[in-house]
Amino acid sequence: MDNLTKDKIQKLIDANPVMVFMKGTKLMPQCGFSNNVVQILNSLGVQFGTFDVLSDFEVREGIKEYSDWPTIPQVYLKGEFLGGSDILIEMYNSGSLKEKIEIELAS
Amino acid sequence: MITKTEVFNLIKNKLPSAQIFIENIKGNDHLQVTVIASEFNGLSLVKQHQLIYSALKEELASEAIHALALKTETPN
Repeated sequence: MDNLTKDKIQKLIDANPVMVFMKGTKLMPQCGFSNNVVQILNSLGVQFGTFDVLSDFEVREGIKEYSDWPTIPQVYLKGEFLGGSDILIEMYNSGSLKEKIEIELAS
Repeated sequence: MITKTEVFNLIKNKLPSAQIFIENIKGNDHLQVTVIASEFNGLSLVKQHQLIYSALKEELASEAIHALALKTETPN
């Protein structure tokens, strides 16, 4: 990944306490896994930023390297990689997602 | 295209003690994989999933596996 791409990713993560790298947009997710994450965050009433990796090949590949995570979507909370669709679903179902986001956003 | 047996073996090589369950969701490239392994003890979910992803790195990069729904657990 070149420095320009890394900077771009870093700025997106820094600018948004909850940041989602996904396929498509909040209103029109282009993949079922990305849609899962959007629906979960919407249902918790969380404000979140999104970036459509389909619009930028460099970010699409760079984000996988950034987090050592080979799939999209990817969710970041206060700069920390939280997980992809499977982990978000699991945390949502156990109630730990709401709790973690509330604690992180309050601090 | 990748078979369930190939996926099973790739994970088994990485985590010899693991119990592995693999199902097709849609086509053969959409997989639901559940792995129960003692190696996950003490690891965050992210680290647990990263272990599986590392075993399937090439297959994910080449999109031999297009979609992977992953669930990891530690044995009780």
